[in-house]
Amino acid sequence: MSHGAHGAPAPPLAPHEPVLVGETRAKLDQLLARYPTKQACLLPALWLVQEARGWISEGAIGEVAAALGLTPAYVKGVVTFYTMYHTHPVGRHFIQVCTTSPCGLCGAEDTMRALLRETGCEELGATSPDGRFTVIEVECLGACGFPTPVLVDDDFIESVTPAKVPEILAKYQANG
Amino acid sequence: MGFPHTSHPRETVVLSQYFGDPGALSYAGWLQRGGYEALRQALGMTPDAVVAAVKESGLRGRGGAGFPAGLKWSLMPKPDGRARYLVCNADESEPGTFKDREIMRWTPHALLEGCAIAAHAISAETCFIYIRGEFTDPWRIVSAAVEEAYANGVLGRDALGSGRPLDVILHRGAGAYICGEETAMLNSIEGKRGNPRIKPPYPAQCGLFGMPTTINNVETLAAVPHIIRRGAEWYKGLALGNPKSTGTKLISVCGHVQRPGNYEITLGFPMKDLIFELAGGPPAGRRLKAVIPGGSSVPIMSADEVEDCPTDYEGVAAKGSMLGSGGMIVMDDSADMVYQIWRLARFYAHESCAQCTQCREGTAWTVKVLERILGGKGKEDDLQLLLDLAENMTGKTICVLSDSCAAPVVSGIKKFRGEFEAYIARARKPALAAV
Repeated sequence: MSHGAHGAPAPPLAPHEPVLVGETRAKLDQLLARYPTKQACLLPALWLVQEARGWISEGAIGEVAAALGLTPAYVKGVVTFYTMYHTHPVGRHFIQVCTTSPCGLCGAEDTMRALLRETGCEELGATSPDGRFTVIEVECLGACGFPTPVLVDDDFIESVTPAKVPEILAKYQANG
Repeated sequence: MGFPHTSHPRETVVLSQYFGDPGALSYAGWLQRGGYEALRQALGMTPDAVVAAVKESGLRGRGGAGFPAGLKWSLMPKPDGRARYLVCNADESEPGTFKDREIMRWTPHALLEGCAIAAHAISAETCFIYIRGEFTDPWRIVSAAVEEAYANGVLGRDALGSGRPLDVILHRGAGAYICGEETAMLNSIEGKRGNPRIKPPYPAQCGLFGMPTTINNVETLAAVPHIIRRGAEWYKGLALGNPKSTGTKLISVCGHVQRPGNYEITLGFPMKDLIFELAGGPPAGRRLKAVIPGGSSVPIMSADEVEDCPTDYEGVAAKGSMLGSGGMIVMDDSADMVYQIWRLARFYAHESCAQCTQCREGTAWTVKVLERILGGKGKEDDLQLLLDLAENMTGKTICVLSDSCAAPVVSGIKKFRGEFEAYIARARKPALAAV
């Protein structure tokens, strides 16, 4: 860990604020009642954490592990296997654009470049300077007949072309 | 119906009848359209009789493997008091395929009805529907349908008054193509990394939570109510000269066609007519160059091979490829085959679960060599190197992801070798920055 300038001590890390509490914990308990094993609730539990906090921190991994009787290392192994779980904070609106072959044949890379440009992200995986958007390229979104499909948060948007990008983004820019 | 287009007169509309009809989404709307009649009928039959009917119909798995559905059900051991599971594979992620998404977003109750009948047939009391994480709309729609099905007694402790319980649990994936492989899916439901399992044991013997399990694709399950209601003979009669490929199949046509979409055809339908007449063929002024007929994991067909190919399991196999999931990726003469094959290889390298060395290393090196060729730095023996890699990636791993990466490479080099050689001979401008 690097230290602050002039030998000043680095600011202490913010303590982990528990996430599996209140409504989120209640939802997990409902799931635990339905699944045959505790561990089977791992993917759903991680979704609950991500819905509540936007990403899955080391602290949250520890909480999930404790709730399901697993080790944090095991949970981390699962979190990092699946591409939709964020292990670091992302922009307020997370944009996934498909560039796999069928969409690629129909101009998906141009759509991706338009998204990078219009959001100000410039680079794949980067967050825009205003913290609003993160854009990533993903493999096949399963809507190849509607090139290019783009997933903004939970909004699945079909047939996106570079020309349509500004109008699509405007909605999210208006809503913060 | 060729959603998003109006139905073409040459389609055989069975599964897709209500695509685009929002009235079919609700429980009430589904009943008005004759829904849940087949389930009622099936619950009046013994499980063995349901299995026999589906066997007789010739229905084959629509997820890609084409394994006979009734036979798969009959491989389940006799009930012995242990839990038994039905898993519906709704992890549709095979590039080129987008049919299950339409079934779920327009006819969620058709899927639930199919699940309920299949669960009865295999005497399972719990069904997991594994929906890929990116399918946010199908998730919302199927979730709502499940709630309605519980509220109306279709699901629950006494499913449709049968005296038997049936629970349906939706399980959301989180971004991993490999979870569409059935044993990887079981691991994923169990809260593990989605690594495929070594078979045997097969899921029917030792599946979800170690219990007898059957995994069926969305389209397969959605076809079952029609077979029960209209009879195995009717379904079997939906064939064009090949008794081994019966019924209708949703074919997703995408890429360089004027009307991409899902088209429901009787198996055996001429592939050429499907691409040119139904999907409109390549854009004006362009010529058909290649087709990947069964999702990206199958060998590429040249335009010549499409000419007289029937769209069924045996017909496509006779051309050296596979019908697979029925995701048809069409390329016209503007497509750079080397670039497209590289892009597919990148997909497999990204999606490899990395537990088998041949796949982890093979997919990554295939991408690197193709990048070298596309970057104008290709070597004379690179094509042989790619073929050697492919050889070592085929039939040597726990699942077929690695084979799937090799298929387009091998068929691509065989059928479009000149395009690779042009890059290697520096006769073609590099398509990628040199690496």
